[in-house]
Amino acid sequence: MTRSVTELTVTAEDRRVAWLATAAVGLSLVDAAIPTPLPGIKPGLANIVTLVVLVRYGWGTAVWVSGLRVLAGSLLLGYFLAPGFFLSLTGTTLSLLTLGLARHLPQRWFGPVSLSILAAFAHIGGQLLLARVWLIPHDGVFLLTPVFAGAALVFGTINGLIAAKLLAEPVSSETPPCPRSSASP
Amino acid sequence: MSPWLALIRPGDWLVIFGSALLVGISVPVFWQGGLADRAIIRQEGKVFAEVDLRSKRQFEVAGPLGTTLIAVEPGRARVVSDPGPRQYCVRQGWLMRPGEIAICAPNRVSLQIAGRTKVYDSISY
Repeated sequence: MTRSVTELTVTAEDRRVAWLATAAVGLSLVDAAIPTPLPGIKPGLANIVTLVVLVRYGWGTAVWVSGLRVLAGSLLLGYFLAPGFFLSLTGTTLSLLTLGLARHLPQRWFGPVSLSILAAFAHIGGQLLLARVWLIPHDGVFLLTPVFAGAALVFGTINGLIAAKLLAEPVSSETPPCPRSSASP
Repeated sequence: MSPWLALIRPGDWLVIFGSALLVGISVPVFWQGGLADRAIIRQEGKVFAEVDLRSKRQFEVAGPLGTTLIAVEPGRARVVSDPGPRQYCVRQGWLMRPGEIAICAPNRVSLQIAGRTKVYDSISY
């Protein structure tokens, strides 16, 4: 086989991001399969991965994993560049920015549950603002705010608890089975 | 249940209750227009009657074509009958949200629901 002209070196970090993003995409698909009473309300299970990544590997990795999840998730579900994609992107961007600030809260007092709830509110806030500015330029959009905020609180708490549970377990369980040879620096 | 509760740190409770409070506050803030409290009946563009939406009453409004019958009930109002040819205002049925309006144009009668705050159809500068 001819060797490729462009040499892409894959680091252990790249592999980790890829694996975690895959897990997040998988959860996005599960999310999409769960029926909901109102469009726009969904559990956001993929955010569990974002939270775990944030706490364990830092904000930069969390941004990569979330970004790849939004991109790959939209491609798989067929809404890439559709309004839903931009809603998802805006929500994710705002919740990542919020997480970037919230992770500096004292860890002793504020755990993954706080991070999850704050991120959920940022997510829905961003989506509502984009919907108001772009999709439905009428204040009627905000009539749904209490419903969305309530859902953000409930699902934010549940996701945060699951993330906290996963973080309380030893690291080894989620280490991806990747070839060790290429990963050694 | 207790292993899950152990995962919630003190500040987390603060965030949970703080957000629950915000959600509670958001209900009256965003749904303030949701309470209809007056029905305004107009004839020839002039206010014929302004009724509190807690009472149950009937109005007979005289127009150029005949009499338009309007019913007001607690929380809602409707045009019961109208001499107009197309019956648009009658077919609108019960009006219950602020800003809703039924216009019986041929008979020059309108019925509008108003809330505490004035709801605009549109604003231009």
